Formats: sequence, C-alpha cells, structure tokens
Amino acid sequence: MTRVFATAVLSLVAGVIGVQSASAQAANDNRLKPDTTNQLHDAQYPDVDIMYGASLYAARCVTCHGVQGDAIGGVNLRSGKFRNASTDNELARFIRAGSPAAGMPPFALDNAEMAGITAYLRNMNTFDTASVKAGDAARGRAVFEGKGGCAACHRVGRLGSRVAPNLSDIGAQRSPGSLQRSLVDPSSQMMPINRPVRLVKKDGTVVNGRRLNEDTYSVQVIDDKERLHSILKADLREFAISKTSPMPSYKDTLSSSEIADLLGYLLSLKGQ
Amino acid sequence: MREGAKVQRCEGAKVQRCESAKVRRCEGARVRGTAVCLVLTCVLSSVVLGQVTPQRLVNASTEPQNWLTYSGSYWSQRYSTLDQITPANVRNLKLQWVYQSPVAGNWQTTPLVVDGMMYITQRPNDVVALDPLTGRVFWIYRYTPNPDRIVCCGANNRGVAILGDTLFLGTLDAHVIAIDAKTGREVWKTQVANTTSGYSITHAPLVIKDKVIIGVGGGEYGIRGFIAAYNADTGKEAWRFYTIPGPGEKGHETWEACPPKSETFCDPEAWKHGGGSIWMTGSYDPQLNLTYWGVGNVGPDYAGAQRPGDNLYTASIVALDADNGTIRWHYQFTPHDVYDYDAVQVPVMIDNWGNTGINVVAWANRNGNYYALERATGRFLLGRPFVRVNWMSDFDERGRPNQTPQPPGMPTYPGNQGGTNWYSPSFSPRTGLFYISAWEDYASIYGPTPVEYKEGRNFTGGGPRNNSAVPGAPGFSRAPINTWTEAAGHGAVIALDARTGQQQWKFNMTDVTDSGILTTASNLLFTGGREGFFQALDARTGALLWKTNLGAAINSGPITYRIGNKQYVATVSGLSLFVFALD
Repeated sequence: MTRVFATAVLSLVAGVIGVQSASAQAANDNRLKPDTTNQLHDAQYPDVDIMYGASLYAARCVTCHGVQGDAIGGVNLRSGKFRNASTDNELARFIRAGSPAAGMPPFALDNAEMAGITAYLRNMNTFDTASVKAGDAARGRAVFEGKGGCAACHRVGRLGSRVAPNLSDIGAQRSPGSLQRSLVDPSSQMMPINRPVRLVKKDGTVVNGRRLNEDTYSVQVIDDKERLHSILKADLREFAISKTSPMPSYKDTLSSSEIADLLGYLLSLKGQ
Repeated sequence: MREGAKVQRCEGAKVQRCESAKVRRCEGARVRGTAVCLVLTCVLSSVVLGQVTPQRLVNASTEPQNWLTYSGSYWSQRYSTLDQITPANVRNLKLQWVYQSPVAGNWQTTPLVVDGMMYITQRPNDVVALDPLTGRVFWIYRYTPNPDRIVCCGANNRGVAILGDTLFLGTLDAHVIAIDAKTGREVWKTQVANTTSGYSITHAPLVIKDKVIIGVGGGEYGIRGFIAAYNADTGKEAWRFYTIPGPGEKGHETWEACPPKSETFCDPEAWKHGGGSIWMTGSYDPQLNLTYWGVGNVGPDYAGAQRPGDNLYTASIVALDADNGTIRWHYQFTPHDVYDYDAVQVPVMIDNWGNTGINVVAWANRNGNYYALERATGRFLLGRPFVRVNWMSDFDERGRPNQTPQPPGMPTYPGNQGGTNWYSPSFSPRTGLFYISAWEDYASIYGPTPVEYKEGRNFTGGGPRNNSAVPGAPGFSRAPINTWTEAAGHGAVIALDARTGQQQWKFNMTDVTDSGILTTASNLLFTGGREGFFQALDARTGALLWKTNLGAAINSGPITYRIGNKQYVATVSGLSLFVFALD
C-alpha cells in the first residue's frame, strides 16, 4: 500500500528553500529550545510532515472520516482532540491498533507516514491543501541519480555506492521533515552511529570510513573503498569520530522544486 | 532422579555437619558414585537433611559454597569469601557448561545454589533445577501465567527463594507459589492481587523465619503497591504493608488535597492508584528484625501536577518489622518524583560503616545519588551524586533534596532509566568500595501529560524522550548494534568509597549496562553489560583482567559457588547460563 502514496507527496508552491532553512535552523537548535512535544502547537510540525499527512489522509482516511474530519458521529478530527489519545505517541498507537469495536481497522503505517498523519491531524483545522502542490518522485529520482550526485555515495536497491547509508527504505524510516533537513543541513540529521571515523593503527595503517558499530573493545566500519573492517581498539594509535557529515548541503545547489522532487523520491523509498 | 536426591542429601549433610576434610570426601564421592556419600550422610547428620533453616539464611555468608538468597545473603552485598580465582589466575577461566533455555527472551534471573543443587528461573515463570557441576537438569516446573496478565517492562522473573526444602516463586500474574525443591511439584499457590488490574511479581521473594515476603509491581498501571508476608507452610497471608498509605494512616497526608481552582487536571483520589511498586528483593537485619525494601515510582510517573504532595512511600526505602510488617522508618530519595526515579534497588547493608561503628544501608539510587542511612533509625548520613545530576542541587540537614526542575524542553540528568537502575551493586568489605553499574552522560527530556486512571490501562502521564543528537530519528537501539553511541550516554562500573561516596576508579563501557556486580575476597569483580562481554576487573583498581564475549546482553548479576574444591562463577547472558572455573 505504501507505493500508492509515493508520488502524492506535496510541497509548497513557493518559498520552499525559505521554509526549509527555517526548519533546519529549528532542528539545529532543538536541544536548546523548549520541547513542544506535548503542547500540541502548530509550529512543532514541519510543513512537509503536514503535507505528507494530508496526502495520506486523502487516500486512507477520508472515506470514513470525510473531508472535514467529522463524518463519523461524535468524532471531530478537526478539533485536534482525541478521545483515546492525548500525546502523538498515543495517537500513533491508536491508529496502529485500530478500534475494532468502532469498526476502524488497524493501519500499519511506517515511521514517515505516522509522522505525517499525526502532524496533519493536529493541524487539520488550519492547513490549506490548496496552497500546495505535489513533488514529483520520478523527477526526484532523476535529480538523485543525476544533478544531485547522490548515488556516488548512497545506494538504493542495487544501484549506487555503499559508502554512505543505504537509502532503500529511508522513506519508511525518517519523517518528511527530517529528510528535508538532511538535504539542506546534513550534519543535523546524521545518526551518531553513522559518524565518519578516522582510525590509525599502531602500524601506521589509516582507515577512513563510516562507523557501523562500536563496543568497549572494538569498532566496525565500512571504508571509502566499501571494505568492511573490525578493528580492536587496543591496536589503534588514533581513533577520531567526527560530528560533521561528509555530505554536502544542497541548499544552494538545487532549486526549491528540485529539492521538493528529491524529497518526493526519498519518501517513495519504502524498501521491499 | 533418585540419584539426584541422594546427591542432595549428601550436600545437605555436608553443610550441616561436614565443612573441612569430611566435605571433600563427601563431594569427591559424588563424582565417583553415591554409596560413600550416603554412608556419610547417615553418620554425619543429626538434623533434617537438605533443609535450609532460617538460621542458615541468617548465616548465609558463612556458606560461600552456596548462594542461598537472591543477593547472596541478607546483607545483599553480592560479595563472596571464595578466593580460588584470583587476579593472577583469572585469565585461565574456562567455560564448564552452558544451559540454554528454549524460551525466547533475555533472562534476568539470579541462580540459587543450595547443597549441590542449582535453581534458576526462565521465562515466563518456569523454575529449573540443575546440577551445578554439569548443567544437567533434574526437573522443570512449568507455570503458564494468565494470558490476560498486564505486565510492565518485560515479562521477566529474577529468581526464587528457599526455606527447608521448598522453593518460592512470584509470578507475572501476581501469584506466590511454593514448589518442592526435590520434585518440582507445586505445594501451594496463593493469588496476591489481580493481574488484569496491572499487578505482577518479577522479583525473587525474601524468606525471613517462617515467612515468604514479596511485593508487587505495576506502577505504570496505577496499582496501589504493597509488600506482604505469606506463611511458608500454608501460603496464608500473615501481614500486608501498603506502600501507599490510606486515609488515617501515617504518611497519607503527603497525598495532598487538590487546589480549589486547579488549572490543570488534579486527581482528588490520587493515592488509590499511586503506584509504589516493589521490583527488587529486600534485605534483612536479624538483630533489629527489620526488613528493608525499595519502593518504586509514583503513579502517574510524570504528571506530577495531578498528585500534589510528597507522595509517600514512593521512591523511598521503608524499614518494616519482619514479624508484623509495621513500618519503623522511611527515607524518601525523590519526594514528589516526576522522573521515574524508582528506588528500584537492592538495599545493601554495611556493618561498622567506615569504622564509625554505625551500621548502615548503602544505596546508589536511580536518581544519581549515593546514600548512607543508619539502619536502626533511617538517619541520613550521606548523599552524594555518582553521575551528573541536575534535578537537584544539594541536601538540607535532614537529607531532603533541594529540587531544581529543568525548564521545559531541557535535558534532565540522569535520564529516566537512571544513573543506575535495578542492577545489583556490590560492596566488598575487603576494599571498602561500593560498586555500581552506572549510566553516565545520560539525560531525558520530560513532557508530562495529564492522565485519568482506568483500570489496567497505561498510567504514566506522558513520556520522556531521549536527549538524542537527532530528535525524532528512529531506530535508536543498543546491542548487538549500538546506535546510541557516545551521543546518548554510556555505561560504566563506578567504585565509590562506601564511607564518603567519593569515586575511587571507573571502568568505562561504550554501551550501557544492565548487569549486576559480584566481588570476591580475592579482590575480583565480575560484571557484564549490554555488549555481551563478561569481564573480570581488579576490584582495587578497575583494571581489566579478563573478558569473554558471551554473545548477548548480560542482564543479571553473576554469582559464585564451590563444588568440591573448585570455585565456579556463573552468569546469565541472553537466555543462557554460562558457568566458568579454572581447569
């Protein structure tokens, strides 16, 4: 079912880059700012999450709940309040479990879809779907494999390099907002496990690569030649971990519509 | 089975009568056959064979060949006087045997070793009796808990207790069961609470005199916690102490009335579902006849505004009269807890603390502080952070913390899994050091949400999130692939001077640890961690002496015992029990 929505990703008509920059900034500062997770504030949900959720709602929910969210007696989704859930986590749990007694089936949404649908449900009352247009996953793929040069490091299916994290199911793992921020500020969204490492063994051998795993006594990496290494720390002279992603920002090298299309493509990558 | 019974009798006889030379003959006989052993049994025993008397439990530390209670003795130090394995020879440890459970899921059990028998629990509520020399199984008691049970935080069991020749087990569906130690047959079964309301039992019972003492878990479901004693012969309840005092009882006043015009939701009957779980086995001071227990978090965990007051006896230690359950004193580590800082630890008793002449309970709490409390009175003697702490600044003279809540969205140290958690610490009288499995540089961001109590429903009142480098990113997990990394904290064994709380040394791990700790008279420290390494450290310095990769997280405390003249060390890893000794 996930494929159905792959091309229905929406993006803002204008000013995508501007919005993205603001979002990226917010993400960078997130640990220093008040947490709004439980305040149900509009600003906490990236626009791309809400847009993605709107497309999901239109495809999966509207038949029963209606365009206005009030087609089922006693349920008004636009109110932003839910009988069986107060937090987003509870909302996600309810959607995943369904409500057999009320006739609602369970929905096995992935992480990206759940981030989208909760963001949309929280903002249904104010969000105007007419102000957005769809990003095009097919055009996004062309950017991925062409102008963006993404495949030089990332792999999708059986194409591309293994040096950077595999993206074959990234559209099921990351929220739209996180993917969008990855494109303009990669370091902010880099999982710590993926941090680039520089290892110098006692015999002088240097290994540069991406960390795959680490324990008290050893570290596992894939190097820039796609070779896998498992190295004992006792054998190292130097072990440096960088918090800066080797991925470039596409803020100035891709247009707003290209980034929107690329995001659409990434969200279409749901794995097998 | 018959031979097994003979072995038990032999070992029982040994314990009662034949320490020293005769023991060797008896145990040697066991390897070759049982005839000699039986003769010895007849000659030596003037007491009932194989019986674990209350007095033996009091003196458990004088039987280092055995491991008679969850924490090794009533003092709960997880310290053994066995010293065959030393810092010099520990590198020669060899695997002796493995018992692999067919039931999926990580274990948290601590074995008992009693007179040549070993008793462990495996998921969900089985008890397995095995030969500690070979790992061969005598019997398995299988118990299927009610499928409608509601259990927070993992369907686990941490072990059994023994008295006479009867084992005692708490179950996930809130029953206490007595089992014949020789046959694995049920002797009695008592339901202690309603499992569909969220009551469960995960810890090993504590036997004192003729009573089996046990508490209930379920604080995340709005239970009203209690500790209760059951007659070991009959299973009849002897006394019950509610960890949440009711109207008219001392401490009830700490469940304050709601403000007349509260802007946020306030629950006028919060005490009725105030939590106060018992997750870990208590300790016992035979001289004072007091038993000490750590009480879990308040319900709801995080939504503090709806339950004004200190919320006694949550996040506290309580000292109870072992005969009637009357509370003698308490100390609340975290008044009005909103961080899930349960006192979910084993109380460790230290006599003549730092040569002061004072007997104390020493306690490394989930809230990040190390404490010493006078055992007779509960007097606050010491409180000192052992990891980064920012939820409080200091203590007043009576030991009440001055709390410093962090602004919304800012990280609170330690995070909600705590500076430590249920992992058994160890105290070595030889080094004077108190050893903690700690999580360092670990924080959570709390976001409370009001929650109304509904029977059997989650009652946490919101949830904390990790102070991760990429907020909202999925897939943070620990071993076998540790994706948290240095960005979200790490594990450590921390050795404190038990008298001052000052750190003496630290052994860092890359991943966090849920392992307990064992120390021995030869200055060895054994511990594990999430990475699956089982390690021996020098208890004086923290130097790594030996390690082996057992392949799955070590989630319980190692033990040691002796059969014949050989010392063994046993640890759980994943769903298996591994036993090591020198060849």
